[in-house]
Amino acid sequence: MTTTLQSTEAPISDPAPPRGRSTAARRELLVRWAFVIPAIVYVALFFGYPVLKSVTMGFQEYTTRSFVTGEAPWVGLQNYVDVVTGSLFTTTLTNTALFTIGSIIGQFTLGMLLALYFNRKFPLNGVLRSMLLLPWLLPLIASTAVWKWILDQDSGVLNQTLMGLGIVADPVPWLTSPDLALVAVVGVNVWLGIPFNVSLLYGGLQDIPEELYEAGALDGATGWRAFWSITWPNLRAVVSVVLVLGVVYTLKVLDVILGLTGADQRTRLRRSPPTRTTVPSSSSTSAQAPR
Amino acid sequence: MSSRKRTRALASTTLGIVFLAVMLFPVYWMVNASFQDAGMAASSSFLPLNPSLAGYEKAITQQSGNLLTSIVVALGAVAVTLLIATPAAYAIAKFRLRGIAWFSFALLIAQMIPGIVIANALYVVYNDLGMLNSVPGLILADATHGIPFAILIIGAFMRALPMSIVEAARVDGAGHVRAFVSVVVPVSLNAIITAGLFAFLFAWSDFIFALTLTTSPDVKTVTLGIYDYLGGEVQSWSPVMATAVMASIPAIVLLVFAQRYIAAGALGGSVKA
Repeated sequence: MTTTLQSTEAPISDPAPPRGRSTAARRELLVRWAFVIPAIVYVALFFGYPVLKSVTMGFQEYTTRSFVTGEAPWVGLQNYVDVVTGSLFTTTLTNTALFTIGSIIGQFTLGMLLALYFNRKFPLNGVLRSMLLLPWLLPLIASTAVWKWILDQDSGVLNQTLMGLGIVADPVPWLTSPDLALVAVVGVNVWLGIPFNVSLLYGGLQDIPEELYEAGALDGATGWRAFWSITWPNLRAVVSVVLVLGVVYTLKVLDVILGLTGADQRTRLRRSPPTRTTVPSSSSTSAQAPR
Repeated sequence: MSSRKRTRALASTTLGIVFLAVMLFPVYWMVNASFQDAGMAASSSFLPLNPSLAGYEKAITQQSGNLLTSIVVALGAVAVTLLIATPAAYAIAKFRLRGIAWFSFALLIAQMIPGIVIANALYVVYNDLGMLNSVPGLILADATHGIPFAILIIGAFMRALPMSIVEAARVDGAGHVRAFVSVVVPVSLNAIITAGLFAFLFAWSDFIFALTLTTSPDVKTVTLGIYDYLGGEVQSWSPVMATAVMASIPAIVLLVFAQRYIAAGALGGSVKA
């Protein structure tokens, strides 16, 4: 009796799981795991399984019929061959690369400039900074709708303003010309990414001790010099986090591109997902090419 | 000297406002356009000088059902997210379970999986289970947006909790579950609220799952309602913009009234990696 008590008593003061084979210890371990098991099951079902399923479907001939019959013959690497040799493959890859690189450069540069600007003391600084988060919090498809209206060729405010100021003579086809559409989509994505970049970089800047700048100023390092020899080295960890997350988020963006340019892709997407699923999962991660 | 300092500070504020105005112009434009007369799509004025509620009337008649669906789905996703994430975060933070580091790692990876990959596979499963076009199906799928984030945010907070408060309850005879519900959850409420607010925003903004997992007008979220407007040639923008404004209200309300939670969540983004 006393021994069992001691062995169950022990884990209370010690967070490590109890050792030993007593039933009490085993129950204790079970209770602890019970806290995390729902999450493990959920992640396995809603993240693990879909990834596995996508991989296996990539090797199958999955058609609309497969949904009814449940039959999807194995075709080996055929789907991958189709995708890689497909006429759209290089375009998609190039567009994805341009989209990602353009977005990252744009949102990081502008985000850094704004973070540096707000890293000084002036009235309303905090209020302005938190309002800057708004584009990040809005539903993507809502922001996309506004941008579609702003960029509208005939009556969008951007073209009206540009023409009013005499900068362009004819309305610019922002969303209908393939090259410009890529530029427009990158621009909108940069706008979406700035708040996130600012808030993380600002946090990083705030963590750099003031004394470093004071010491630097004594040695004549101010302005640009101070940025490169004090700010940048101390910010490096935050910068890598921002860039990694930026790439991850950018590769995941679908709403913006679909909303801005993909009006007629929607029937394909919604009515018959099978046409899409014959494509290996890897290709669906890449941003669709604006037509 | 001090007056010169003050002018400089004032100039900084002014320029800061200018930057903010440029950044928020699209949001202004959304509100402005939502009040324009529905018939005047061709010429948009910079100020809603003749504000009209026609856009909202049309938006409400067309979208009120979708708004309701969105609210139900988002609240459901919050409930699922918190019920699953809070105990898991506690276990990860405080119980040294063998091999749990792998699960934390899996959560990081999970956040990088594009939603469309998950949506694709879920379509097949939901099709088999008859869960397409169902609110519970959408709730479970939308919780994928929130659960990894919530576990990380709540876990980061709980790791800093002193174990002594839990031990005190345990010595008094409370089991793990009792100690968790009556001690750990109340002191972690701020982190739980932050996670809940973000889970709401994520699910509310969801577009990919709504697009993939629903095909009928019975279960349709407001994000899909907006997308439907964009699908064809848009004749009149004011109902579209009015819907976009209504879809943006939760974000705006949270930014104004729950700013400290939002700020905590934004910083949590750095905790993530």
